[in-house]
Amino acid sequence: MSDVPSSTGSEIDTDEPDGAAGVPDADDAESGSLDLGAGGPDVGEPYPLEVENLRKSFGGITAVDDASFSVERGSLTGLIGPNGAGKSTTFNLITGMLQPDAGSVTFDGEEITGETPHAIANRGLVRTFQIARELQEMTVLENMMLAPKFQRGEALWRSVTPGFRDDVIEQESELLERVWAVLEFFEIDHIAEEYAGNLSGGQRKLLELARALLTDPDMLLLDEPFAGVNPSLERRLLDHIHELREQGYTFLLVEHDMDLIMENCERVIVLHQGQVLTEGSPDEIQANEEVIEAYLGGNV
Amino acid sequence: MGISETYTRGRELAVTRPGSVLLGLVGVVLLFDLLVSLVTGTQSLSGVGSLVWDGLMRGLVIGLAGIGLSMTYSILNFANFAHGDYITAGAFSGWATTYLIAGLGRADVGALLLVGASGSVFGGTLGIGVTGTPVAVVAGIVVAGISTVLLALLIDRTVFKPIRDEDGITLLITSVGVAFALRYLMQFVFSSSVRGTTAQPPSLSLYLVDGAVRINAHDIALVVVAGSLMLGVHLLLQLTKLGKAMRAMADNEDLAQITGIPTERVVRAVWVVGGGLTGVAGYIFILWKGTLGFNDGWLLLLLIFAAVILGGIGSIYGAIVGGLAIGLTASLSVIWIPSSFSRAAAFFVMIVLLLVKPEGLFSGRSTA
Amino acid sequence: MSVRDDLAARIPGGDTGLILSILLIVYAAYVLVGVGLGYSLRGQFNTIAVLTFYIAVFAMLALALNLHWGYTGLFNIGIVGFMAIGIYVMAFVSKPLYQPGGAAQVGGLGLPIIVGMIAGTVAAALVGLVVALPALRLRADYLAIVTIAMSEIVRFSFLSGEFEQFELFGTRVGFGGGSGLILNYTDPLTAFFEVFGLGGAYLGLVDAFGALVPNNPKPVVDSLVYGLLLLLFVAAYYWLLKRTGESPFGRVLKAIREDEDVANSLGKDTNRFKTKAFMLGCGLMGLAGVLWFMRSGAVTPNTFRPRITFFVWIALIIGGAGSNTGSVLGGAVFAALLYQGPRYLKNLIDAALPNASAPSGFGPAIAPLVSNVDPTPLLLYTIDSIRQLQLVFMGLVLIWLMHNRPEGMLGHRKETAAGIPLTASQARDKTAETDGGTTGGEADE
Repeated sequence: MSDVPSSTGSEIDTDEPDGAAGVPDADDAESGSLDLGAGGPDVGEPYPLEVENLRKSFGGITAVDDASFSVERGSLTGLIGPNGAGKSTTFNLITGMLQPDAGSVTFDGEEITGETPHAIANRGLVRTFQIARELQEMTVLENMMLAPKFQRGEALWRSVTPGFRDDVIEQESELLERVWAVLEFFEIDHIAEEYAGNLSGGQRKLLELARALLTDPDMLLLDEPFAGVNPSLERRLLDHIHELREQGYTFLLVEHDMDLIMENCERVIVLHQGQVLTEGSPDEIQANEEVIEAYLGGNV
Repeated sequence: MGISETYTRGRELAVTRPGSVLLGLVGVVLLFDLLVSLVTGTQSLSGVGSLVWDGLMRGLVIGLAGIGLSMTYSILNFANFAHGDYITAGAFSGWATTYLIAGLGRADVGALLLVGASGSVFGGTLGIGVTGTPVAVVAGIVVAGISTVLLALLIDRTVFKPIRDEDGITLLITSVGVAFALRYLMQFVFSSSVRGTTAQPPSLSLYLVDGAVRINAHDIALVVVAGSLMLGVHLLLQLTKLGKAMRAMADNEDLAQITGIPTERVVRAVWVVGGGLTGVAGYIFILWKGTLGFNDGWLLLLLIFAAVILGGIGSIYGAIVGGLAIGLTASLSVIWIPSSFSRAAAFFVMIVLLLVKPEGLFSGRSTA
Repeated sequence: MSVRDDLAARIPGGDTGLILSILLIVYAAYVLVGVGLGYSLRGQFNTIAVLTFYIAVFAMLALALNLHWGYTGLFNIGIVGFMAIGIYVMAFVSKPLYQPGGAAQVGGLGLPIIVGMIAGTVAAALVGLVVALPALRLRADYLAIVTIAMSEIVRFSFLSGEFEQFELFGTRVGFGGGSGLILNYTDPLTAFFEVFGLGGAYLGLVDAFGALVPNNPKPVVDSLVYGLLLLLFVAAYYWLLKRTGESPFGRVLKAIREDEDVANSLGKDTNRFKTKAFMLGCGLMGLAGVLWFMRSGAVTPNTFRPRITFFVWIALIIGGAGSNTGSVLGGAVFAALLYQGPRYLKNLIDAALPNASAPSGFGPAIAPLVSNVDPTPLLLYTIDSIRQLQLVFMGLVLIWLMHNRPEGMLGHRKETAAGIPLTASQARDKTAETDGGTTGGEADE
């Protein structure tokens, strides 16, 4: 495992909400863990994500039907279900890419139902996509530099006005340091100048996770992060996820590979026909007759 | 943040639902205004009737030309900006034929073939019209259709086929290139003059309460030709295997490829049907309005786009209904606004509809 | 791709060097042809001035479009509409108050020219906002149709009798309608020098120039100096857009172009970024419209047909969308070869064959070819119609480019969207700086 030295925490912007900046974890130095330079995940509600009675239908077909579940802080929770169970739709509803017909989504004690995707991401709930969506014509470094929130230079006037641009440049240098630390952590620094479109499938998945981390999230929603990834890279990715979980990040994971979920998650939520069939520890799920039936009936 | 979120959501809401409400309200106000002006006598009922008739005629042309655009838009997945110049090309080829047949022996063949470029021959002098020279007109319609099919196929083979797999924007930009090359080539050959093409057609007057609505022979010809072609397309798409294949492809090209529909053949069929309708539309458009210039198709194109988007891309009924709606809007708008903004009104209706219902009126019913 | 890289590597001065060398070659070619045909010095200067003018305006417009399409992926084909708004609003603000009996049918607000220029730019940006608010959420091809419809609505509005003239603040103002608008303010160039108190100095320069062009040197000097000023504007556009692109702002725009959902899911309010970028580009198009037409004496709405939009698109595609350097080069190449080239060629042929008179139409041109195999009339007609054929040629060039070089004549240009160079070594240096250089290469395998 790469041993990433902690870089100095850099404050991102003055108008950042709810004090996400600063406050580095106390045990950073000893554990030698990844410091994202903006303090790591928040510690707040025991259940950061709560979904209640979520419902969504598309032209008569109900994709998500009254789903309710919650995700425990600092856990690695799996969301499984046969094809068409509504996993992706649920993700899209939580992250604001789709608007639910009914129900609510609560993050960190605040209702976020119907907020725009960028607002939800800025609250610290960040997703990755099922098919890696790297920004092809941008280099790995550009991809990464995009992610940090509330950059000074995102204000057009500041980026172009002489005098003010110096602040922007200064922050760019700080960001580059952070970006580099994360790239090294994920061991993809050797492809830093490569165009993202030229990466292998596994590298794209790594890039996507690394990029999501740079937004300084509290919780990550990973949509099939291991699809199309070779076994050795899959191991690496899992190691990274476990390590991050130990640092306090919360993960909700959609995955097809049963064995992988059962080996790695503490808790598993099973969706079937848009409803939560059951939830529990991997052992409980594996012993559950209903789940087996749902999977057999759902031709997987 | 809370405020901006509420604002965003409020704005979204205002655009989706209340937008339609507002639209309905505007419609009611306009209608009320019309009623008032009818009662007070600022507008005559027959005047409004004439505008409606004019709008219907315009709408038929737009709708007929729109079917071809809608088909290529949905099946080849790009907005063809050269479509307007296919219309012009159809018109020139058809009218060259009509002039030749009607004027043979009475004028120089070259001048006839160039549709009387720079005032060398006048359609009016040749007595061209659906009653005066019926054979020449029918031959013109046929030639307009056939030559536009050939042109569309030729351009598809040389220009669009090599980049078939590129994204819609690449094809769109390419089609702009085709449009300019075609348009100014036609200007080079046929000159930039706008010529009168027909003699005054016989007309009848329908009495409507307080005045007359005049309907002439070319209006009738337009209704007959456009109506029968629209019916023909409907039957073609409903009854033939080709129609089924086209519908499948419009819905999902990949799927169509997997299930074994020969897509290149469908593409060719689309250009044949769409091109033919477009050429004929170009011809009867000129027959109806009585003048021909190299810019005519281009000027019509934006209205056709408006119609196709209004009706929902890929739906031929949508194109027809959208065409009528746009034609009526352009004609009737003069009741409320100055006539120089009638075109602007049509675009405006399109833009508003794009906001309220971006998928079009007949969405989800592709090509049928 | 490599051709471009080799070129850039070999030319000293990088991008600036490349731009300057291409310009130099273009000018040398024009001058040489002029010398070969024995043009007078005055003629040469005029050629250079006109060439500079068009290079500059197309470079500015291509740069502005590059912000829309190259950076943000916004498919704007209503460019000419924003230009029209720019010049018309500028004229409205800066034309002197109405004087009965004067040549101008309508007056303006009589404000200084610089105020008019700013007003024109701002107005174009605001119309951009009006278009952007609804349209930016639409698919790319819908945005295309909405923008071109907008540009036509603008043209119809300026054509309409309703806006031809009206009363405002008790004075007669208006846009002149179809018969056009006379730009009867002080010559902007004179006004420009007078602002700096250099009016006299400028006239001195004109007098000095009389040594080269003895007969009425002022128009020649005027257009040369104006061309030069426009080049300064190009530099300013370039500077502004380079900074815009090489910043976190530009990075978000690039991300929107690549995949808007991703940018959104990373917490970027993409609609805001798109609206800002769109407005900035529209404002720059408006200003380019002002600069293009403000010295032309009069404007008519029908000048602002979509073909100008088409010209700018070709210029951008030649240069390669996504690159500011490419945009300037594309503008220059388009102006020199496709726009001015054929016209210059026609002048040359006219000069070489002073007595040949072209037939009036295609019919008389082709008849001799058919009847007694005499191609001369057709040839003459072709030359005479070069302004139309040049559009045919441009259309074919566009098709060729889309088939063969969609990334641009000069290949794909990579411009990093960051305020600092984004390279691995830069990043390593940075980390090394703060860490005392202990761990830089550890994870490198």
